[in-house]
Amino acid sequence: MNFIVSILFSGFAFSVVVLIPWIGVGAFDLRVFFGVIVPYAAMATFFVGIVVRVIDWARSPVPFRIPTTAGQGWSFPWIKSNPIDNPKGMGGVIVRMLFEVLLFRSLFRNTSLEYRRTGGLPKIDYEWEKWLWLSALVFHWSFLVVFLRHFRFFMEPIPGFVHLLENLDGFLQLGVLPFNGLGVPGVYITDGLLLAAVTYLFLRRIYISQVRYISLPADYFPLLLIIGLGLSGVLMRYFLRVDITAVKELAIGLFKFSPKVPDGIGVLFFIHLFILCVLIAYFPFSKLMHFIGVFLSPTRNLANNNRFVRHVNPWNYPVATHTYEEYEDEFREHMVEAGIPVEKGVEPKEEDKEVPETSQKE
Amino acid sequence: MADTTPKPKEIAKIDHTPPLMRGWMDEPAEIKKGIYCYGSKPSNLEYVDMPFPREWSPLNDDWNLPENWKDIVKEGFKDRLDRFRSVKLFMDICVRCGACADKCHFFIGSGDPRNMPVLRAELIRSVYRRNFTTGGKLLGKLAGARDLDKDVLKEWWYYLYQCTECRRCSVFCPYGIDMAEITIFGRELTNLVGLNIDWIAAPVANCYRTGNHLGIQPHAYKDMLDFFTDEIEDITGIRMEQDLNRKGAEILFITPSGDVFADPGTYTCMGYMMLFHYLKNLGLDITWSTYASEGGNFGYFTSHEMAKRLNAKMYAEAKRLGVKWILGGECGHMWRVLNQYMDTFNGPADNLEEPVSPITGTKFENARSTKMVHIIEFTADLIKNNKLKLDPSRNDNLNVTFHDSCNPARGMGILEEPRYIINNVCNNFYEMPPNTIREQTFCCGSGAGLNAGENMELRMRGGLARANAVKYVHEKFGVNMLACICAIDRAVFPNLMEYWVPEVDVTGIHEMVANAMIFEGEKKRTTDLRGEPLPGMEEEEDV
Repeated sequence: MNFIVSILFSGFAFSVVVLIPWIGVGAFDLRVFFGVIVPYAAMATFFVGIVVRVIDWARSPVPFRIPTTAGQGWSFPWIKSNPIDNPKGMGGVIVRMLFEVLLFRSLFRNTSLEYRRTGGLPKIDYEWEKWLWLSALVFHWSFLVVFLRHFRFFMEPIPGFVHLLENLDGFLQLGVLPFNGLGVPGVYITDGLLLAAVTYLFLRRIYISQVRYISLPADYFPLLLIIGLGLSGVLMRYFLRVDITAVKELAIGLFKFSPKVPDGIGVLFFIHLFILCVLIAYFPFSKLMHFIGVFLSPTRNLANNNRFVRHVNPWNYPVATHTYEEYEDEFREHMVEAGIPVEKGVEPKEEDKEVPETSQKE
Repeated sequence: MADTTPKPKEIAKIDHTPPLMRGWMDEPAEIKKGIYCYGSKPSNLEYVDMPFPREWSPLNDDWNLPENWKDIVKEGFKDRLDRFRSVKLFMDICVRCGACADKCHFFIGSGDPRNMPVLRAELIRSVYRRNFTTGGKLLGKLAGARDLDKDVLKEWWYYLYQCTECRRCSVFCPYGIDMAEITIFGRELTNLVGLNIDWIAAPVANCYRTGNHLGIQPHAYKDMLDFFTDEIEDITGIRMEQDLNRKGAEILFITPSGDVFADPGTYTCMGYMMLFHYLKNLGLDITWSTYASEGGNFGYFTSHEMAKRLNAKMYAEAKRLGVKWILGGECGHMWRVLNQYMDTFNGPADNLEEPVSPITGTKFENARSTKMVHIIEFTADLIKNNKLKLDPSRNDNLNVTFHDSCNPARGMGILEEPRYIINNVCNNFYEMPPNTIREQTFCCGSGAGLNAGENMELRMRGGLARANAVKYVHEKFGVNMLACICAIDRAVFPNLMEYWVPEVDVTGIHEMVANAMIFEGEKKRTTDLRGEPLPGMEEEEDV
């Protein structure tokens, strides 16, 4: 299976995801199915799936405290320790996790190998490479902002933070291309950032040879879903407007558990919604669980305090050891001869006494 | 060095671009000479009751596996998923972003894509998906899943013993996925069906029996220390006898046996001996042990259980001798085990006391539970409190750089103390580039039990990244001495330097300390511990 097969397969799967609601709503008018049943099923899968997965992780204990120490540990008062990358206690761990989760600190360390040969001999450099970190950060934060902005569709009245986000996000005050006429909403920066970042993340999987080699369909597929989600959203907002009032009625109905599907919602919206449903239903079974897994990662969420706070392994069991007594029994005579202290003296035997003398004579 | 090892210019032809059209699952791994280590010999497994001891060769098609080997491995896999959250999590959450890919010294030095940490992990994850996830059961290859078969097992064995558990990848991973953890787990699985490498199995069996990896018996151990005592006397004019297995001492000293066995580790060992003698009059009451004569732990490269079995000797011996606390020598993985495992394995060491330096009165609060202090901490504290009379100019012939050993760096965080000591015992210290030291340090390429002879090509490849950084400071600052605090480093760097940067030598830190220490009543020192003239003494040597 090479990268082409991987992309084709995930592309095919993605196409099916787009076609299902297109045909389902467009040809068969299954609005309740795609507007109510699928969203509920997807949400249930999402929440139940995540809970089950997290419980499953949590059921396995952490037998050893194995933080990756990435800085000076705590030792003497006169040696400056690094309380974040080598945390001594809970406080440091929390800061470390915050840096990790909010700012992707480990990814920020990324460099790129530059391998050359001069005169036939290797010369290795590590070049600046922050694109992965930057695109990952932009992607995740934009996604979060876009998600929060969507609260304007779920909630009535629209919460204050949504207005705030909208104002910040739209501060460039850009209208869309002139041919689209008046009344076009301002452009949100995050719409563009999200799509740009996720496109970069997709492309780097293809043009960086090492990443291409390790990428699975499971890597392309969620990216395609998110690209599809973003594109359909952008299309709806800026180009092929849908009846927002009707959409909001549907969304609020869903969240109030009294769903009804109003007329006048275009197919494009159902495609957008279905992609989202697939994404969240796929979530608990996929690598997307890294979102929660990172909080449980024992190399990051534990303090490097093993030497002063004992860690207990719940399944610790007694093991066979080679005791000192067994050791001394095997080597006692040698030890005594060499003047090494022993627990028990060598028991003198008649023939033993003779042997050394004769051997010395020889 | 084996004659068959390719020359540097041969090895340097490294292509880091994986094949374009053929996916890794389509090509079985090819086990190559110079890369793999010999398989475990039955006698070494038998001695410690490891399962399925037998004769086998990695190059043979048939590895004489037990009939139900698949069930054993799958059962072992499941059992460990239930016992280690780390393993379970690391199977599930990798997004294959590739940040780790070019961080591994084995990938840098070989270009073998399976040496990218992410792919080395995928070798195992693929089997996990097939057996333990719905997607993998249904979709197979398309879900990145594959069946466990003999080729897969061989691939595991080949690549799990091409990982030195150095944790560099885990520093860069946004989720902290640690290939070392996966390798430890994977090696446990291979050991369930009797597949280890002999370079690990033999030291394990030796250590179990004689107390140390090298199989040095007590009287021979004493002989070696006696030999060093004579050497030291020749150099300093002072007889610095050491105590062995002495009950009632305050401190038990445990160091890797490599230090008593081969140059240049032996000079570090002499350094310890001289330090202890120096401190005797200041109130140091210390003993060595022949039973606990190994700081390192090759059991850790076999399984958690074997690590615990070998580690148990430390606390047991401390208890038997009635010491108050334990001092540990310069070693790498030894300190990961001592820091992150010992207390959990074999603690609590309630019969010991919270370590206090008898010389300075400093309480080692960071070791109040394990009761084991790193000799680098111990000596740094001595120097800070002006307890050692030092003449750093005796090391003026050295332009020193410091290699952070993987485990003390990324499994402990002892970064400043060694630098503090170096700066006090020598005048010319130069750091390697920041991407290659401290938490980003590069492995020697021979750790985690891979310091054998038959895999010399692998070792030279694995050590290339480190050697490249040494070469940089060698050319820029004239560095001629690579200092380290790891016995495996001291054992393997001489080969690596000879191969890539021939003008650079290797030392432990306590060798430099001992060279700089001024003893009361010592004769005029004309040579260092290696018998080479001290700076300014070249003439006297000639006379």
